[in-house]
Amino acid sequence: MTVDSIKNGIVIDHITAHKGMKIYELLNLDRLNASVALIQNAPSRKNGRKDIIKIDTDFEVNTDILGFVDPNITVNVIREGKIVKKKTLELPERLKNVIKCKNPRCITCTEQEIDHIFTLADKENRIYRCLYCESAAK
Amino acid sequence: MRSLIDILELSTAELEELVATAEDIIADPQKYAHKCDGKKLATLFFEPSTRTRLSFEAAMYELGGNVLGFSEAQSSSTAKGESVADTAKTVSCYADIIAMRHPKEGAPLVASLNASVPVINAGDGGHNHPTQTLADLLTIHRKKGRFDNLTVGLCGDLKFGRTVHSLIAALSRYENVNFVLISPRELVLPNYIKESLKSKNITFTETTDLQAIMPDLDILYMTRVQRERFFNEEEYLRLKDSYILTPEKLYNAKTDLSILHPLPRVNEISVAIDSDPRACYFDQVLNGKYMRMALILKLLEVC
Ligand SMILES: [Zn+2]
Repeated sequence: MTVDSIKNGIVIDHITAHKGMKIYELLNLDRLNASVALIQNAPSRKNGRKDIIKIDTDFEVNTDILGFVDPNITVNVIREGKIVKKKTLELPERLKNVIKCKNPRCITCTEQEIDHIFTLADKENRIYRCLYCESAAK
Repeated sequence: MRSLIDILELSTAELEELVATAEDIIADPQKYAHKCDGKKLATLFFEPSTRTRLSFEAAMYELGGNVLGFSEAQSSSTAKGESVADTAKTVSCYADIIAMRHPKEGAPLVASLNASVPVINAGDGGHNHPTQTLADLLTIHRKKGRFDNLTVGLCGDLKFGRTVHSLIAALSRYENVNFVLISPRELVLPNYIKESLKSKNITFTETTDLQAIMPDLDILYMTRVQRERFFNEEEYLRLKDSYILTPEKLYNAKTDLSILHPLPRVNEISVAIDSDPRACYFDQVLNGKYMRMALILKLLEVC
């Protein structure tokens, strides 16, 4: 399967297979006024299968979201058809408005205006806790 | 400007400083009677808790200060839909310090991020209640003279008991504290707290048998098994009487055991124990007021 290569934009590569759609949604790519390709289950030289997202525009990607969902991702920035930058990701220390607290007793569930903030509580097990109620993110 | 939302925001040095201030207040209350002259404490109680509110108010009056506030959400502007953030900003214009109780977890943190005066968390749902822990800690310190080298039994609802979680967190920072966790299987301490104890190499034992471990304990912290924590009434009725402390159960306890309870009790501690010199739960109430005084002084930087 081939998808046209892009001239100026970004390629989000090495997404763990089947996580592409989640990233597509979290980055709100459906609202983007540009060509976006989500390729699922592409063969990967690194490990079996992967998902890829290609965005054909200059797009400021939120690397905290990517790092949270899948720290194995690499982000390639494309200019004039060439890769000019390769970014690897880290698990972010703090997530702002990426995920929502599911604890019904949490103040963020009652008051919509409050930022949803999570902090990395346990790096090894990738556990994030709500800043307000300390519930673990699921 | 500082607030107190979680007990762990206080370093052990600051905690000991508060204990020392409280001891000094107890020794010479007159010395502190005008420390907060002209200052106002706002007690914003979005859910009623008479004993906590009275403790804060008594603390402020004994420092020479004044108190304003409300004690139920219906009478406040929240009933008209005002956010916690806006309430905090507004009240900051009237008061020098705020004590906030709220049914939603994290609400006092939201208030502290928006207020221009210090905010004390006076209980946020089942989450934190740091001034209760301060009362517990002063009681332990007055009875034992130390926070290290103690065997601390915690009995009852260890799953939802926020006072238990905070006390464990506070005492975990001291050397050679050994926790004994006594609860029905349905109400054991959450896993993440046990994991955190293991990672700090702190020893703890889990048991369902209060009687068997009684001789080991220096402190016995009893808690209420709360009806609202249960989804079904039958389960509540079956478990609530499992861990009731009676004089007979103390026959093999240490003579210098200290029995604590955050109050109010239902029937976890038989009234017959109240006259036993080992009962400390009414001291705890009084100690709570002294620690709130010490905390107000610290946060207002008047000491
Ligand atoms: Zn939360």
